[in-house]
Amino acid sequence: MEATNLKRSRLTDLCSVIVAALLLIYPLVLSRFYSALMIEILTMGLFALSFNLMFGYAGMLSFGQATFYGIGAYTTALFLKYIAPSLALAMLSCMAVSFVAAVLIGSICVRFTKTYFIMLTVAFGEIFYYIGNSWVSLTGGDDGLVGIPISRIAIPGLPAIDLQDIRVYYYFTLLVVAIAAFVLRVIVASRFGYVLRAIRENRDRAEFLGLNIRRHLLLCYAIAGLFAGLAGALTVPFEGMVSLETLHFTKSADPIIMSVLGGTRFFLGPLVGAALFILTKDTIQNLAELWMLWMGIIFVAIVLFLPGGVVGFIASLGGFRHRTSENVEKNEGTKSSEYTGDQEPL
Amino acid sequence: MILIQFLNGLSAAMLLFLLASGLTLIFGVLGVINFAHGSLYMLGAYFSYSLVLFFGNYWLSLLVAPVVVAIFAGLIELAFLRRLYLRAHEFQLLLLYSFVLILDDVVKALWGTELKLVPKPEALAGSVEILGRTFPAYTMLIIVLGPAVALVLWYILNRTRIGKQVVAASLDREAANALGMNVPFLFTAVFVFGAWLGGLGGAVAAPLRAASPGMGMEIMIMSFAVVIVGGLGNIWGALIGSLVIGEVLAFGTLIVPKMVVLLPFAFMILIFLWKPQGLLGKGGG
Repeated sequence: MEATNLKRSRLTDLCSVIVAALLLIYPLVLSRFYSALMIEILTMGLFALSFNLMFGYAGMLSFGQATFYGIGAYTTALFLKYIAPSLALAMLSCMAVSFVAAVLIGSICVRFTKTYFIMLTVAFGEIFYYIGNSWVSLTGGDDGLVGIPISRIAIPGLPAIDLQDIRVYYYFTLLVVAIAAFVLRVIVASRFGYVLRAIRENRDRAEFLGLNIRRHLLLCYAIAGLFAGLAGALTVPFEGMVSLETLHFTKSADPIIMSVLGGTRFFLGPLVGAALFILTKDTIQNLAELWMLWMGIIFVAIVLFLPGGVVGFIASLGGFRHRTSENVEKNEGTKSSEYTGDQEPL
Repeated sequence: MILIQFLNGLSAAMLLFLLASGLTLIFGVLGVINFAHGSLYMLGAYFSYSLVLFFGNYWLSLLVAPVVVAIFAGLIELAFLRRLYLRAHEFQLLLLYSFVLILDDVVKALWGTELKLVPKPEALAGSVEILGRTFPAYTMLIIVLGPAVALVLWYILNRTRIGKQVVAASLDREAANALGMNVPFLFTAVFVFGAWLGGLGGAVAAPLRAASPGMGMEIMIMSFAVVIVGGLGNIWGALIGSLVIGEVLAFGTLIVPKMVVLLPFAFMILIFLWKPQGLLGKGGG
């Protein structure tokens, strides 16, 4: 990582500053509609980032992340409705509940690999979907959970913050997502993050090194669950309700599509993928009704021709490849033989 | 009452078996879970709807619709899936999933979003009497069809040359290749045949459960549970698994009607913890 940081060019720094500035002034310039769109991008982006900690770094493809996204959303909403109308406390408890749920479910899932792991995550996803569907007194069932109070955040000495103002909520989301992304970035750059990569590249060799594979994967699963829950929590004040859709199988597929679209081997790839996904969806929906058809076709093209995702493609064009941390690994000769996603000359 | 419920479970089981046998066959040979299987099932139902309108004959549509689905699946395998066999299995799965998105919308564009109910064939529109109870004749057809398909599968896999090659390829793909079998052809053949079974499931289900966009998702995920319970890649496991899940669903309705759809998945997870290779599986997680 040090090498990466040192090599980072002024151009990249400049880009980061410009992007940060744009994100800050964005809602002031454009209409409220675009603030709402951006909130969706940031929330789903966090969801995709958390998913990619498992898929991109540890090589675990979960088709059931909606479980934790939904648990996060429902916990936040129920906390606000029945326990205390404090968003901060609700989000903290939501993260705790998502984490514990992910530890419990993960302790079963991480014992298995490949198809068996995928099938188990699907099964747990279905179980929670049907619980959400049939436990009507708690979740509202098919109608969703409504009547969630969103109170102002009052900090002494400052004007009260009204989260129901979409622009204010945009800044709130930006702050939360930025902090979460920073934490995830620290995690992937840590020793733990490199152990995950080692497991992804060669599970047997990692085990021969004396690493406890299951414990590392379980922690990874739990962290991903926690941040998926946080992403779910962020939708609650924005939507004003929790719909059953948050637990649905297709919600589990969204972060997968976003991550692959953006590029699973780049930390911010899933966030870029989320932006592309939501902007494409929005554009197509304005032109035609059948956006899933076009999204599917785009996704087929990405899977077939751009396995590195859009960010991977741009990086190969711009010659950024020598500065990405993934390529530092590559130069050290730890290239996997199993993952063939970026074996093509990007 | 118990008998009727048992027969209901049996018909659900046989419908599940049509999907699960295809899924498990494709997994056994290609090593990938066909995430588009539910969509092929859906296509089978819609094709049968249109063909009934076109021919005016249910039996002809039952014959033709699965074949059209199989041809379509063959094109997917040849044009797309084939390019991904050398890549990580995740990419094959993602490709197949994108066809779920595509086909859902294609169906909406071609047939609209309202339910399309295929009329039952006249010969089976009535009901039969079993031990003093009436039972829909069409449901009996499904109950008979399941074992018939199982017998045909048994015959193909054990008594024909291509069937034996398929078994060989599922046991050891590289050895089969080294022995001079045409493995790429086997892959296409198995995918097409699995899709035919899925399409047959859809065509059979169309008069019972109306064709609608997204109809394949729920039953496909249910068949995931079936193949896991029975043992991934094992045809007889798929049969046992569908019988177990079908009856769990039927009798679960009597005991815990609100939670019944949960049961197959809870059951699947229990099987995972007890016997990860499934009831009849060979390998395992």
